[in-house]
Amino acid sequence: MIGRARFAFTVLGFGYAFLYLPLALVMIYSFNESRLVTVWGGFSTKWWSALFANEAMLQAAWLSIRIAFVSATVAAIIGLAAGYALARAPRFPGRGLFGSLVIAPMVMPEVVMGISMLLLFVGAERMFGGPERGFLTIAIAHATFSIAFVAIVVQARLADFDHSLEEAAMDLGATPWVTFLTVTLPLIAPAVASGWLLAFTLSLDDLIMTQFVAGAQSQTLPMRVYSSVRLGVDPQINVLATVIVVVAACALIFSGWLTRRKV
Amino acid sequence: MRYVIALPFLWLGIFFLLPFALVLAIALGTNAPDSVPPVDLGIGLKSFTLLFTDDLYLAAWLTSLRIAATSTLVALLLGYPMAYAIARAAPRRRPLLLMLVVLPFWTSFLIRVYAWMGLLDENGLLNQFLRWSGIAANPGTILGTEWAVQLGIVYAYLPFMVLPLYAVLEKLDVSLLEAAADLGARPIAAFLTITLPLSLPGVVAGCLLVFIPAVGEFVIPDLLGGTETLMIGKVLWDEFFTNADWPLASAVAICLLVLLAAPIALFQRQQARGPEPARERRR
Repeated sequence: MIGRARFAFTVLGFGYAFLYLPLALVMIYSFNESRLVTVWGGFSTKWWSALFANEAMLQAAWLSIRIAFVSATVAAIIGLAAGYALARAPRFPGRGLFGSLVIAPMVMPEVVMGISMLLLFVGAERMFGGPERGFLTIAIAHATFSIAFVAIVVQARLADFDHSLEEAAMDLGATPWVTFLTVTLPLIAPAVASGWLLAFTLSLDDLIMTQFVAGAQSQTLPMRVYSSVRLGVDPQINVLATVIVVVAACALIFSGWLTRRKV
Repeated sequence: MRYVIALPFLWLGIFFLLPFALVLAIALGTNAPDSVPPVDLGIGLKSFTLLFTDDLYLAAWLTSLRIAATSTLVALLLGYPMAYAIARAAPRRRPLLLMLVVLPFWTSFLIRVYAWMGLLDENGLLNQFLRWSGIAANPGTILGTEWAVQLGIVYAYLPFMVLPLYAVLEKLDVSLLEAAADLGARPIAAFLTITLPLSLPGVVAGCLLVFIPAVGEFVIPDLLGGTETLMIGKVLWDEFFTNADWPLASAVAICLLVLLAAPIALFQRQQARGPEPARERRR
């Protein structure tokens, strides 16, 4: 048994070091005095003040947050419908295609989805004169790939709890709609909420699809980060990374608390 | 229920399925740099033949497949022991251990790739460490090579490997292993004949979750690979944004889709079979 414990300790120690050492170094070097990201020049918070005075970066962040909010909400509603249909609908014509449509965006290479969505919007612009590329098109693109993630979380949650609760409500005379609102929805609300959070962070982070469907006017946070990072390492990006890791950790803990809470 | 099914069906039909028809239409057209958008519609296979005859593009296809395959294998070799160790940890510790695997996925993908730029640079932290410790006086630069790309892919996609593996390993009935041990099987034999075959669905799901996106990866080869590592996702990007050759970029997208259709279908079958509803299990 000692051998097994040592094996687990070594494996997990190595694995977590691999996952976290690079991030930890990025975070530490956000407090570096030197402009060179790889040379330690003493402790300083000057890059923190620089980032929070960086108007362009803050504007991009605000745009990203608004897009993430809208796209996550749309993805949560459609993903809830998709997950519910997958878990509860008996066989219906086109179920195979339906399942594929819901799951495929999860693994589809983003460059493929990016170019296809852009061509759709270009076509729509030619035929209907809109929508203008920018906020709306980015939000639609993000919602489309986030639906899969929400649907899977919702489906898993529905598979986990007892269908007889819903059956009981219906036996007692509740309409399907009332049953859904008073029995099903409260039970799967944590899954929907954590799906929303996941969709929110996915949207906040997306670069590739955004770059395709964003117009000339809109620049999201990842687009700014990308154009800055392409030129090499930049201490302000280290600061941003630190903020993102801390916020993500809080979001994940909150989401874990949501899904693990007893119903 | 009809509306519940119709809503996602319509949305995904319009925004996911329909666009592929447009991509195909554009791929069959020809490049017209002077018009907006820069395409002449038509039926021609010029872009496709170019993709499969030009050495540069052929090399990009092969490199992408090779890098994705080796990265997937390395991620499996690294992720399997991790998933196994988490699944065998005390139940009260598992949520925390699992959360630590998931957390990087919730942070920014771009930032995680960026983290390696400062590490792998010529005067980066890794080389500083190698020089300081005397392991190598004159280490080469990893940034800008295929090694950096593979490392980046393993790093970025490792959570996708660990999670499905953990899901199957956690459900594994330990009494099977005890029975094997009682009957005299050595741990290695028990692992090879019981644990490994039973965890195969997780292995397949994890490998597909890493392999499929890795083939079309753009950010990692762009930031870590430099000019010498040509992957097909980067080709698509450059043809589209730098050369404004929409038909060629669309042709790459169609080929990528055809190439990945089989693994994607396999992944869907796995997902559909996935966790059976609880009520069926109880009966």
